[in-house]
Amino acid sequence: MDSLIIKEGFPLLSFLIFFPLAGAVVLLFFNGEKFARYWTLAITMITAAFSILLITGFDTTTAKFQFAEVHNWIPQLNIHYILGVDGISILMVLLSTLIMPLCILASWRYIKTRVSQFMFSMLIMEVSMVGLFTSLDFVLFWVFWEFMLIPMYLLIAVWGGPRKDYASIKFFIYTLGGSVFLLVAIIALYMKNGTFFIPDMMWHHYSMTFQILVFLAFFLAFAIKVPMFPFHTWLPAAHVEAPTAGSVILASVLLKMGAYGMLRFCLPITPQATFLLAPYILGLSIAGIIYGGFTALAQHDMKKLVAYSSVGHMGFVTLGIFVLNIRSVEGAIIQMLNHGVTTGALFLCVGMIYERTHSRELSVATGIGKYMPWYVTFLAFFALSSFGFPGTNSFIGEFLILAGTFQANKFLALAAIPGAVLAAAYMLRMLQKIIWGGTNNPDQSYLKKHDLGIREIATLAPLLLFVFWIGLDPQPFLDMMHHSVVNLITQLNFIQQQAPHVASAFMR
Amino acid sequence: MDAVSTTANIVTNSNLLLAVIIPLFGSVVVMTLRNNPNLREFVSFCSAALLLILVLSFTPAIMAGKCLVYPVFHLLPGLSITLRVDAFSMIFAVVSSSLWLIAVCYSMGYMRGLEEHAQTRFNACFALAIFGSIGVAMSDNLFTMYLFYEIVSICTYPLVGHHQDEEGYLGARKYIVYLTTTAKLFLLPAMILIYVLNGNLDFPHNIFTGMIPTDTKSWVVIMLYIFCLLGFTKNGVMPFHHWLPGAMVAPTPVSALLHAVAVVKVGVFCTTRAMLYVFGLNLMTRLNLGIPTAYYVSFTIIMASIIALSKDNLKMRLAYSTISQLSYIILGVAMLTPHSIQGGLIHIVNHAFAKITLFFVAGAIFVATRKKNISQMSGLGRSMPFTFGAFAIASLSMIGVPPVAGFVTKWYLLVGTMEAHQVGLLLVLIVSTVLNVGYFAPVVYSAFFGKRPEGEVETGIKEAPLTMVVPILIAATVTIIIGIYPNFMMQFVRAVTG
Repeated sequence: MDSLIIKEGFPLLSFLIFFPLAGAVVLLFFNGEKFARYWTLAITMITAAFSILLITGFDTTTAKFQFAEVHNWIPQLNIHYILGVDGISILMVLLSTLIMPLCILASWRYIKTRVSQFMFSMLIMEVSMVGLFTSLDFVLFWVFWEFMLIPMYLLIAVWGGPRKDYASIKFFIYTLGGSVFLLVAIIALYMKNGTFFIPDMMWHHYSMTFQILVFLAFFLAFAIKVPMFPFHTWLPAAHVEAPTAGSVILASVLLKMGAYGMLRFCLPITPQATFLLAPYILGLSIAGIIYGGFTALAQHDMKKLVAYSSVGHMGFVTLGIFVLNIRSVEGAIIQMLNHGVTTGALFLCVGMIYERTHSRELSVATGIGKYMPWYVTFLAFFALSSFGFPGTNSFIGEFLILAGTFQANKFLALAAIPGAVLAAAYMLRMLQKIIWGGTNNPDQSYLKKHDLGIREIATLAPLLLFVFWIGLDPQPFLDMMHHSVVNLITQLNFIQQQAPHVASAFMR
Repeated sequence: MDAVSTTANIVTNSNLLLAVIIPLFGSVVVMTLRNNPNLREFVSFCSAALLLILVLSFTPAIMAGKCLVYPVFHLLPGLSITLRVDAFSMIFAVVSSSLWLIAVCYSMGYMRGLEEHAQTRFNACFALAIFGSIGVAMSDNLFTMYLFYEIVSICTYPLVGHHQDEEGYLGARKYIVYLTTTAKLFLLPAMILIYVLNGNLDFPHNIFTGMIPTDTKSWVVIMLYIFCLLGFTKNGVMPFHHWLPGAMVAPTPVSALLHAVAVVKVGVFCTTRAMLYVFGLNLMTRLNLGIPTAYYVSFTIIMASIIALSKDNLKMRLAYSTISQLSYIILGVAMLTPHSIQGGLIHIVNHAFAKITLFFVAGAIFVATRKKNISQMSGLGRSMPFTFGAFAIASLSMIGVPPVAGFVTKWYLLVGTMEAHQVGLLLVLIVSTVLNVGYFAPVVYSAFFGKRPEGEVETGIKEAPLTMVVPILIAATVTIIIGIYPNFMMQFVRAVTG
């Protein structure tokens, strides 16, 4: 337990998990629509405000898990309630808590039926997201991992679009299918170590076969979640059918769980298998980047376009993770944040059009730039950010990932470049169509009085702030994760040097 | 030619930030003045004038051998947005700020004369494009240059497609596809790879050392070099030149300022900045990159001129002339001798003033007569003597006849070919001069001495409004002045080559 810095006094992480839960319980008893909206907004804002305390109390000079809380849970099986955050997970926790109020704001008018149940699901989502990123006991982690499926399933299945049944079941089966293997791996690791405490499982010299099997089990679960090509097919369906807030959470936070899992489990628990299998995963990442780009280019449905762009962006993230050097992993984590901010914002933007035109078709939304100048201004900035325009957040992420990749292998990096070109192509195509369209646009003049309201600007403005903050001054974000990443990569290389027989020629 | 380490006096100066903010702020103010056209144009004019004064105010410091810098944002170690004004920046900064001033007056006349739509958007984007150009001129590192290069691409898109008709959309699409694709495909990897090799992207303060570490493998350097040459597609070098003729669907002031001056000059400025400051003369000489580049762009010089001969649409002919002339600049720098570099760099200035005159004339003819094709223009010079007089002067500059500006370029370039002992390149210059005569002289001749097309009356056609004729005459006069007194701009060019 020396990898923990125990937090005395106020249990901040537990508060971040249980406060939304308490808020959700209240909604079971009072379910007026108006009350549900304001109540949930207040709960999420308070949670967000408290999560800021994480930053102020966070020590950026150590790689240890901070704000740790340790309690017995099921002592017979050596299962504990252990929470803690390091430089990697703190950013994910903050992303989850800060995006929630925006999701609530975006659902203000969008959700008209079963409002209090919707808000209940949203709060339960928040509980499981924060719980997942903070738990350091594998059983606890797995509980949150599975727990999260239920509210997400409900969000799609109850408040979704016309093909909601298909989408929600597909989402559920895919994710559940992956997590079965995760459970097997967890139990296997318990049999080896006699503990569920995650840091205690890291950096052991398990036998190579064991490592490969565990790695593959982890990888399948996380690759589906990311989603990596070719496990991505549930994503467009889920995104298209989910309500705006559901899409935002799905894109901003849920996809990050997969990448987070890879960083937290694959690399430290099965380091040698990681080295051995990294080349294949890099190949899949490049395939995902290119495939996502081409598919996004072909879409006529804006939500599908953004969904496929996610496949490409997350390809960059996994590329960064499995290049296995400090620059690229830092880039991957920054890119996870960026994707959360930018793609979340793009889904919000698509939702705003949908509320007005009741369609997500690009052809219906052509030429609205003339009537909704504020809207397209926001959209333009987010689209630029999405394809990595210099000065915006995604540029920093892509830059670091590609710099790390160039360091490892020049041809690999050059293979990823067409993905960046495609990103520019599909985003500019979307922008062109929405802002200008062509010579025979549908009549959009009814939108003249429906430019963004204050609530909508308040939803988008914070995200725009982050676009430029990370884009122009990323150092504070990098400082937070730096020691954790350095520790991760150093340990990884150390293990690798001790066992040179599995050296992968590709990574030299 | 040895590596003289010119440890420049580096002075931090916050006015640099102001120079970038003026056009940006001007653009924002213009957008808010949708309902007051006169005030809107006045703001554009004031921003342009202010910018010119500010840029000129840097002259004494630069001539004293100083280098002004201003760090704006620090992103990562070795990666920052930093502004810099050195002699090389001044060449382009002076050109784009002074031509903005002239172009603001001209476009006021043009846009109002034709009662164009969306004039506010036009003016705002115009200012944003200048914001990008000035940023490119004043960038202290490759990242800042790339940032502003992309800003220029994005902000000029609405200008190219201004008419929002089928042709406009197609031209604008081609424009943005060419520019962003090549930037992402070539520049982005080149920049990141240089960052990985070098640890930072800051330009050195002389043209010899470059920033590529000396132990880099030759094939990597050559790959990076090709990426830079192709990546800055705004330079119009074939085979990625198609966007330029396509962009001629834009209103004429746009073609004039952006597609003859700002955008394409951003391209050549970046290309030459990369050749001289990223790779440096030492490395270019060692790997013998110069002369092959010179021959490579020679193809563009000759081919574009031949295509220009075949074009009847005046703007198209000017577009291909631009493609050809831009490669002069790269040709000069690629020969790697002091005189040829000077000739290439001064052509940034000389070509700018002459070409903007030519485009302005094309616009004036269109506003006065609605004519676009050269074959319809015979005899027109007698009705529009000032306009066509200016056209004649600018043509002379393109051809390189003394005492007009273009002569200075040709002189230095010819001296450069001899210094480099390249008879082939000498021939290229001579042939291209003949071709220049071939496609400009008939226009001027038939305008003054040709017969009117059948069935047209001599009367009824007069000069375009004064707001257009005056800028044309100013630009033409400047073309003559910098031909006779090239020293003001040459001092910067000489300071670059040391």
